[in-house]
Amino acid sequence: MKTQIAGVIIMYGLMVLLAIPLGRYIAKIYEGKKTWLDPVLNPLDKIFYKLSGIRAEREMNWKQHLLALLTINVVWFLFSMLILMNMSWLPLNPDGNPSMSADTAFNTTISFISNTNLQHYAGETGVSYLGQLVLMLFQFISAGVGMAACAVVFNAMKERSTEKLGNFYYYFVRSCTRMLLPLSVVVAILLAFNGSPMTFKGKDQLISLQGDTVHVSRGPVAAMVAIKQLGTNGGGFFGANSAVPLENPNYFTNMVENIGIALIPIAMVFALGHILNRKRFAWVIFVVMTAGFLCFVIPAIYFESKGNPAIANLGVGQQLGSMEGKEIRFGSPATAYWAIVTTTTSNGSVNAMHDSLTPLSGMFTMMGMMVNCFYGGVGVGFLNFYIFIIIAVFISGLMVGRTPEFLGKKIEAKEMKIATIVALLHTFLILAFTGLSSHMFAGDPKTYAAWLNNPGHHGFSEMLYEYTSSSANNGSEFGGLGTGVPFWNITSGIVMIISRYIPIIGPLAIAGILARKKYIPESAGTLKTDTGTFGIMIFAVIAIVAALSFFPALSLGPIAEFFSMK
Amino acid sequence: MKQHILPAIRLTAICIIFFCVVYPAFIWLVALASPGHGDGERVSVENRVVGYAKIGQSFTEDKYFWGRPSAVGYNAAASGGSNKGPSNPDYLKDVQSRIDSFLLHNPGVKTGQIPSELVTASGSGQDPDLSPAGAYIQAARIAKARGISQDKINALIDRHIDKPLLSLMGPEKVNVLLLNIDLDKLK
Repeated sequence: MKTQIAGVIIMYGLMVLLAIPLGRYIAKIYEGKKTWLDPVLNPLDKIFYKLSGIRAEREMNWKQHLLALLTINVVWFLFSMLILMNMSWLPLNPDGNPSMSADTAFNTTISFISNTNLQHYAGETGVSYLGQLVLMLFQFISAGVGMAACAVVFNAMKERSTEKLGNFYYYFVRSCTRMLLPLSVVVAILLAFNGSPMTFKGKDQLISLQGDTVHVSRGPVAAMVAIKQLGTNGGGFFGANSAVPLENPNYFTNMVENIGIALIPIAMVFALGHILNRKRFAWVIFVVMTAGFLCFVIPAIYFESKGNPAIANLGVGQQLGSMEGKEIRFGSPATAYWAIVTTTTSNGSVNAMHDSLTPLSGMFTMMGMMVNCFYGGVGVGFLNFYIFIIIAVFISGLMVGRTPEFLGKKIEAKEMKIATIVALLHTFLILAFTGLSSHMFAGDPKTYAAWLNNPGHHGFSEMLYEYTSSSANNGSEFGGLGTGVPFWNITSGIVMIISRYIPIIGPLAIAGILARKKYIPESAGTLKTDTGTFGIMIFAVIAIVAALSFFPALSLGPIAEFFSMK
Repeated sequence: MKQHILPAIRLTAICIIFFCVVYPAFIWLVALASPGHGDGERVSVENRVVGYAKIGQSFTEDKYFWGRPSAVGYNAAASGGSNKGPSNPDYLKDVQSRIDSFLLHNPGVKTGQIPSELVTASGSGQDPDLSPAGAYIQAARIAKARGISQDKINALIDRHIDKPLLSLMGPEKVNVLLLNIDLDKLK
């Protein structure tokens, strides 16, 4: 067990050590400063701008940014629906997989353009290689959109008064070509050399050692897995995601993939420090995020390593911890660690079946998604955190009796209204839809019997997890839930689409409105935002708004299950 | 909106070229130099391909080491776990029957000695590995079925233990397929 704990600690340390220089690099690319990749990437970017007819130097205000962002997403939606519903006869389909039904295609399309990657299909049988490649495209560009939106907000937070907040396409293209692409190439090559396939041949057939006929699914796995980890996407090539040996062959690849999950989200925080030249403020944010992360990850590792008490009652040894749904090559601590990293960020790739986690670990994964900003998704993680900063500034301002100011800008009623709506929307969507599905199930358990794979409290947790994951744009699942039916496809699709765009529109609007306001230089009376006290304030706001509002629902699910097990 | 539509379509087209074609083609080319040439690493016995080194197989005969239970019957074209919750009574019955069956095939083993990995399903349904304890506990049965001394079997397991990464990170494990291939060669 010692080496397993050591593995987790080293993994976390490496991730932060890599994120610090990456943050500096991200700041440079958003500010258009020189970097060592310029000789290769400057011409590449020029091709992008030229062929798309984009004038990258034309500055936009926040409304134009939003318009550009939403328009391109509409184009993607139509393109994805077209491909997914016609895959069966299009090229690159060696396994002869079928096209998707309209409702599954709707869910999958929303899921991938919203950076969620909830999968109501299994990669081996549900999509062709062309489908996989198109979904991989969205893993790049949906992440690029989130990062571009975040870059606009960074720009708006600078000390000045302006309407002009840079060019959306400029931020978008640079996010894709200068961050996601080079990092993906590195990770994909590491994966390919450790045993992940990268081929366009179809299934292999062979006779096993014992004499059974076996079919082995393959495909362009390495390329897709790299970007699914780095872009906080999470949509795996195979049904069981990174638990599958070909998708995550050994402990080393597990470390690479796991570091890939939160690398850019953490680096974005450091990038903020460089762009605003407020490094202390960035560290306060990082420490608050880390404190929240540790609150989830330490108990999760403890409970998974301790094992399942119900299995202990049967008398077998659990030296390795709770092993249902886990893989030997990763072990319980690294699996619990992955489960928390993937849910606190909005990644959603899994290296074990979350449905089989012990009750409280399952709860901590859900809480990670309910908070959704302890590191959070690429770009959007910080946007969520930004909302909580605004609320914290406002409440602190009221407490000390001063006009709330944030980085030299007054926060007034309009901004607060937007922030509150965004903060409460997440809670509302999760609880309302879980309520709806529970009501339907309880009213007619026979008709909906196929929904739940587990009875009682755990069955409720399966539904709660599904909507939490959809609303957090996470994409992991309690996989036992029978989601391949229109009800789940459509409702989770609606939740994903609302909770993708509102939490981008809200912060962008607030940042845009604030940027236009008069800049008031800091004085002795200004509320200091780069102090420990303010950090504690943000943490308290997050705990109250995001975590406590879910307490009743969590009591019915995982907490009740925990106490029912002896 | 109008002024953004055309750039959006054109930009999407270029993204398709770079991220759907150029990027995967480049990785594909590089992967040709990898150990399995990008097709996955196969294992052969006497020139017959018997499996992929990294994908577990079903072993049910007493003379082989068994891998972990699989929710998909080791189907390498449809991965998946059981997705059973920890307190599910039906699931606990399944585990109990796996324990009973293991005890039946391995006389002399006590319940408390069975590592839980041998009675719980893996996440992928293709877990290729066991912990060393999961292999040693089966040595007596295999020795009897094959008429080889148990010491030889134990020595074989010793040789097959993969140490943690850099002897520092992660668990010890044994690859069941590679172990069974060498087991067949044992006299």
